[in-house]
Amino acid sequence: MENEIRPPRRYKRSKLPKLVRWIFGLIVLSYFFWRLYTVIIVQNEYTPDIWVRLLISGLVIGGVYSLIAIGYTLVYGILRMINFAHGEVMMIGTFAGYFVFEATNAIRFTSSTGEITSLSNAQPFLSILLAFIVGMTVAATSGFLLEKIAYRPLRKAPRLIPLISAIGASIFLQNLAQLLFSPLVRDYKNPDLIARGQGWAITVAGARLTIPYTGVLTFSLSIILMFALYTMVRKSKLGKSMRAVAADKSTAALMGIDVNGVISQTFIISGMLAGAAGVMWGLHNGLVYYYVGFLPGIKAFTSAVLGGIGNIPGAMLGGMLLGMIESIGPTALGISYQLKDVLAFVILIIILIFRPSGILGEVLSEEKV
Amino acid sequence: MLKVTDLNVHYGAIHALQGVSFNLQEGEIVTLIGANGAGKSTLLNTISGLLPAVKGKVEYLDEDITNLEPQKIVRKGIVQVPEGRKIFAAMSVMENLEMGAFTVTDKKLIADKVEEMFAKFPILGKRSKQLGGTLSGGEQQMLAIARGLMASPKLLLLDEPSMGLSPVLVEQIFDTIQSINNSGTSVILVEQNAQMALVIAHRAYVLETGKIVLEGDAQEVLQNPMVIEAYLGVS
Ligand SMILES: Nc1ncnc2c1ncn2[C@@H]1O[C@H](COP(=O)(O)OP(=O)(O)O)[C@@H](O)[C@H]1O
Ligand SMILES: [Mg+2]
Repeated sequence: MENEIRPPRRYKRSKLPKLVRWIFGLIVLSYFFWRLYTVIIVQNEYTPDIWVRLLISGLVIGGVYSLIAIGYTLVYGILRMINFAHGEVMMIGTFAGYFVFEATNAIRFTSSTGEITSLSNAQPFLSILLAFIVGMTVAATSGFLLEKIAYRPLRKAPRLIPLISAIGASIFLQNLAQLLFSPLVRDYKNPDLIARGQGWAITVAGARLTIPYTGVLTFSLSIILMFALYTMVRKSKLGKSMRAVAADKSTAALMGIDVNGVISQTFIISGMLAGAAGVMWGLHNGLVYYYVGFLPGIKAFTSAVLGGIGNIPGAMLGGMLLGMIESIGPTALGISYQLKDVLAFVILIIILIFRPSGILGEVLSEEKV
Repeated sequence: MLKVTDLNVHYGAIHALQGVSFNLQEGEIVTLIGANGAGKSTLLNTISGLLPAVKGKVEYLDEDITNLEPQKIVRKGIVQVPEGRKIFAAMSVMENLEMGAFTVTDKKLIADKVEEMFAKFPILGKRSKQLGGTLSGGEQQMLAIARGLMASPKLLLLDEPSMGLSPVLVEQIFDTIQSINNSGTSVILVEQNAQMALVIAHRAYVLETGKIVLEGDAQEVLQNPMVIEAYLGVS
């Protein structure tokens, strides 16, 4: 029988006395508000267009975090483990997309007007579609194999063991990528249609700013994918069986559900979302290298915890929030933009102290997936 | 229909089933009675494929199904309604029923089955959109049985369906089991409530610390002095 690994209904609260926590929280909050007040009202250096620009970039990065965070949450919901190699699955997706654009860019021919163009510019939609399909497929395959090789043999081991295996898999995949693709930082070859830096020009309060095409693509595609995923989990037979397996593996098996199959499919779906996020990351940020998945992976994990791990809407919300915090936070608090990563983790620590179950974790604690 | 021979199951060092043999003919209700910890649930879980047998055989319709995966056993028509109901608490009554019909691919058949269950258990029809976890104990037991019937089993394994229910509800559940059997489904009924189980069963086995210690027609077992003392004594 599958071990009945039930999660604690609520995360154990920190042992800090309530009063100390409240005083600490009050200090932190007053500091934040004081900084916000000084920067926004007193100094008032920033024009509205700057805020809008930060908001846009927050939404874009938030969409990517959300997609990756869903993968952490799905796997946690079903196996109660943190798949620390999930960032590497995203990295593999980024590379897969990179090679598609390399290939479509390398295929050159003379167009009817006599100019030499590449396939990626002659057929931009096709090559973008192809990059996403290949990126998602390759990442999904890696997710599937990752579970089969690194986690399945350890299914009945104590919970710490697969976690160690996950960290090992993460290091292994990074090194493998370095070995295969060299440590070089490479440029993503976007089709000209969605060249980086290009976008729609808009005017906000008299100032001009551009909404980047890659940002629009990233944001809208991540919303579509999240919506599709959510509908799938709520309504489809696979989605329902995922929820059943997450709730109780033995009983799910008694329904005739192939529990191992559902676990594999969960990794495939998580991999697809991470692969899509990887291609978006490449298109939007323009760089790909063997540890490109590390920071987004950790940030997405933070997002999943922020929203309440095991909870899908939580992962989406957490990702968006973290994207915003990271993008708007440093400016709003008047600290260096370089500190955005630090800010993200400070937020994580604060959440873990005051609401360890995350934002949506407690309300929907029964709704594991 | 089902033939279990010399079944041995271990939990680590605990030898939970020590050579259990029993059989069931098509159309029968066979009850397995025994005290807490006798190994009743272990036996059902082994038949269902959740636990591995280290020795012995489970044959069903002349086919060896020992240690087959649970989902394959369900597909062969053996469905278990587990002890403690195990309703999916965060899923609606309807979704719980759909999970019961997981192996059924014909959507029309599933819809018909749902209608049949709502006719059999009208309260489930009224609560169809409610989350399983919000039902009362009796309603959950009905849902658990209905969920088990969704796959149209040939053999239904019931693990302590009367556990924790009021006498009125217990009676209702046993009536239901009888009617399920009357409509052609064979039943293995595991119970601590020996009295009621022996009344509706055709044959009975008494399990004690992993061994069958007594078997016979339900009527005979009901009269057996040892059974009266150990399992019916209080009443
Ligand atoms: N998961 C388990 N791990 C270890 N021992 C178990 C487990 N489940 C049951 N047992 C032991 O196996 C024996 C039979 O248990 P069980 O089949 O649940 O009895 P019953 O259903 O008749 O009450 C008991 O001694 C019980 O303690
Ligand atoms: Mg039991």
